[in-house]
Amino acid sequence: MSEPLLRMEHITKRFPGVLALDDVSLEILPGETHGLLGENGAGKSTLLKILSGAYRPDAGSIMLGGKPLELKTPLDAQKHGIVTIYQEFNLIPTMTVAENMFLGREPGKGAFVSWSRMRDETEKVLQHLNLDLDPMMPVSDLSVGEQQMVEIARALSRDSRIIVMDEPTAALTEREVEGLFRIVADLKARGLSIIYVTHRLHEVEQICDRVTVLRDGKRVGGGNVGELKIDDFVKMMVGRSSTQLFTRLGGHRTTGPIVMKAQGISRDRDPTNPHATLLKDVSIEVRAGEILGLAGLMGAGRTELARAIFGADPFKRGSIEIDGKPLILRSPVDAIRNGIGLVPEDRKQQALFLDLAVRHNLAISSLKDLTWGRWFVSDRAETALVERFRKALDIRMASADIQIADLSGGNQQKVVLARWLALKPKVLIVDEPTRGIDIAAKAEVHQQLDMMARAGIAIVAISSELPEVMAISDRIVTMREGRVTGSMPGDRATEESLMHLMAIEQTAPGAAIAGEGRI
Amino acid sequence: MSEAVTDKPRAQTRSVRSRIIPLLSRYAPVVCLVLLIVIFTVLTDGRFLKPLNLFNVMRQISIEGLIAVGMTFVILTAGIDLSVGSLVAVAGLSAALIAKGSAASSFSLSESEATGYGWFAAMLGAIAVGVLGGMIQGTAITKLKVPPFVVTLGGLSVFRGMALMISGSGPISGFDEAYRWWGQGRIGPVPVPVIIFLAIAAVAFVVLRYTRYGRQVYAVGGNREAARLAGVNVERVLLSVYVIIGFLAGLAGFVLSARLNSSEAVAGMGYELNVIAAVVIGGTSLFGGVGTIFGTVIGSILIGVLINGLVLMNVNPYVQQITIGLILVAVVAFDQFAKSRRLK
Repeated sequence: MSEPLLRMEHITKRFPGVLALDDVSLEILPGETHGLLGENGAGKSTLLKILSGAYRPDAGSIMLGGKPLELKTPLDAQKHGIVTIYQEFNLIPTMTVAENMFLGREPGKGAFVSWSRMRDETEKVLQHLNLDLDPMMPVSDLSVGEQQMVEIARALSRDSRIIVMDEPTAALTEREVEGLFRIVADLKARGLSIIYVTHRLHEVEQICDRVTVLRDGKRVGGGNVGELKIDDFVKMMVGRSSTQLFTRLGGHRTTGPIVMKAQGISRDRDPTNPHATLLKDVSIEVRAGEILGLAGLMGAGRTELARAIFGADPFKRGSIEIDGKPLILRSPVDAIRNGIGLVPEDRKQQALFLDLAVRHNLAISSLKDLTWGRWFVSDRAETALVERFRKALDIRMASADIQIADLSGGNQQKVVLARWLALKPKVLIVDEPTRGIDIAAKAEVHQQLDMMARAGIAIVAISSELPEVMAISDRIVTMREGRVTGSMPGDRATEESLMHLMAIEQTAPGAAIAGEGRI
Repeated sequence: MSEAVTDKPRAQTRSVRSRIIPLLSRYAPVVCLVLLIVIFTVLTDGRFLKPLNLFNVMRQISIEGLIAVGMTFVILTAGIDLSVGSLVAVAGLSAALIAKGSAASSFSLSESEATGYGWFAAMLGAIAVGVLGGMIQGTAITKLKVPPFVVTLGGLSVFRGMALMISGSGPISGFDEAYRWWGQGRIGPVPVPVIIFLAIAAVAFVVLRYTRYGRQVYAVGGNREAARLAGVNVERVLLSVYVIIGFLAGLAGFVLSARLNSSEAVAGMGYELNVIAAVVIGGTSLFGGVGTIFGTVIGSILIGVLINGLVLMNVNPYVQQITIGLILVAVVAFDQFAKSRRLK
């Protein structure tokens, strides 16, 4: 066995309230493709950020080629030949391929750039990679897959020794994935090492030599691909003794008729948002009083599905019915009018008006019901509404007139829930309803979702925390790469069975969904 | 990152200094205004505080103040309207043409020759022109997705060009008494333009503060994506604010022509600077979502007081422009400073 090229030893990183990495070690051999696996929040990104110089570890050391390495800034990492290619590319879309390749180190004399040299050298690197791209084309005219190739070409032209790829295939078409794999094999043949972070376990089997698995900030296993099977990875990622954080809420809810039915939703690549997962013929249905959990790994398309149903993003094919009536969704206004609500994924960016008072945040969607003389907002009606939900959801605040920015995350989220409850929706989609809020508040939000379901609202709950999905859902639908891959009753689901569907299953066994879907 | 906020009022943990800064940023315009008034009163031996002078100040600011009220709506949505000055000129000329009819072409100061339609039609015409201009610009912004800065910069040039074409042979002057009353008349001691300005400001205050529409304006400016996902018709709100400022620019064009007893193509030149300055000095954030009509009224008065005071002290008029520009930048700089404090 050859000497490792990179050694990360006993890395520990602590954030306020979280131990993100706990004594993690990682060895990368020269010329290997090393898979880095783990659930959402396992610590992969933190480890990568330390390797790329964006974060500094609290403890531990990094050795490159036998020499200790101190990475203070991302520039340090690049100087030592460690290049990270993130999902969101670091390309300047308005500049050409060649300009991007040589950004910050343009060839030329003095203040003048030599365009011909820049073009020729770019051409050389692209040919090396068998890429048929015009060096003078602006990056914005390239597909996502091609942009990624430019990133790789740039890494190559900088004499990189280690290329880190973070979820490189999430936004690629199958043909682009094949192209990427060819290039990875080629890089390997040249002796470069690749750290390959992915949720797609079959890709690991295809291109990785060894893997390291993280869970809850710890290294929980790893080894040679070939000796380990996909099922072994799943077991390591989930952990046999995963602590049950949430207790399943007691007693089944009784579910009523189907309220919302989405059929054959397909979404093509959207030039304004090229990183969104493409939806492929997705169908789900949810009944009154039911909580439908939507499980999937990052990039599975859950948020995209939620936004399609809510009319926030257009979709190409498919239909959405409420109470058997097909809807025409041009915007969220149409969805809301038909009784659909959405608690979005990113509270601060998509739900809150941080400069406004709590009361204004809560009432913004139901002002129509609070008016007198058609236009004027009735102070009294608004106060009554806020007061009702303050009690019902136990929103803790000094006063309804303070800025919502001054509430804790949990209380902010309750205000967003109240905003929708005030509209008495038929269907409420909650996307990561407990992200960034503390454990106690999480339990409260779970109880409130249960309460809403018992009141007859059909709830679609998206969560990246499997224990959470399992605790709250009557039924769980899994998604992977923009497709539905399975469905099972909430009380029978195990983390392992879900992870299998989320990470491995290729296509939706359609019959199984229909069969198992009913409870 | 984890949530660093607590439910306790944060003031408890704040130092005295960090408590004063937000308070200052809230009342800074009022404090500045009072200070300016005191300074000018002292420096002019009380001439500044004479009722006649005060009404003068108010009359001077009333026309730009009208537009500033509209600009408050626009800036609250994180937009901007640079075309207002040119729109004032087109609206004023339209009003003049309607009021004078065929007499408009023959240069005449005699009101007996008027063959037009009277002040009411003239006012409606001016407003209609403003509304139309706002509607076209608002449509370009919402439907064609051209940034407001670009659309209204284009509008600034287009409307000025139109005004020059309309006026061709020169200013249109000489209106009847009823027309002139809207710019020169008084109710009791109070000039009519001042009453129009304050009445419009009061209506706008109520609209922004107490109506559903007002809430939606703040929401769209505060967080456009969140507003959309909360069911606010964002495009309609955006279009509406440009219609509102167009309406007020049209009205201002009419009042200005009544006050000067003349409409000319160069009227309203440079208004956009004073108007935007008044709104921003009044505490409305150029990033949208924060601001009040009260602040805009104070900001307008502050600029008026500043100019009037400098005039009374015989300061070079060019210095006025320099001062307004500096104050504008200083106020926004302070706002940024206060904000960076708040985020810490």
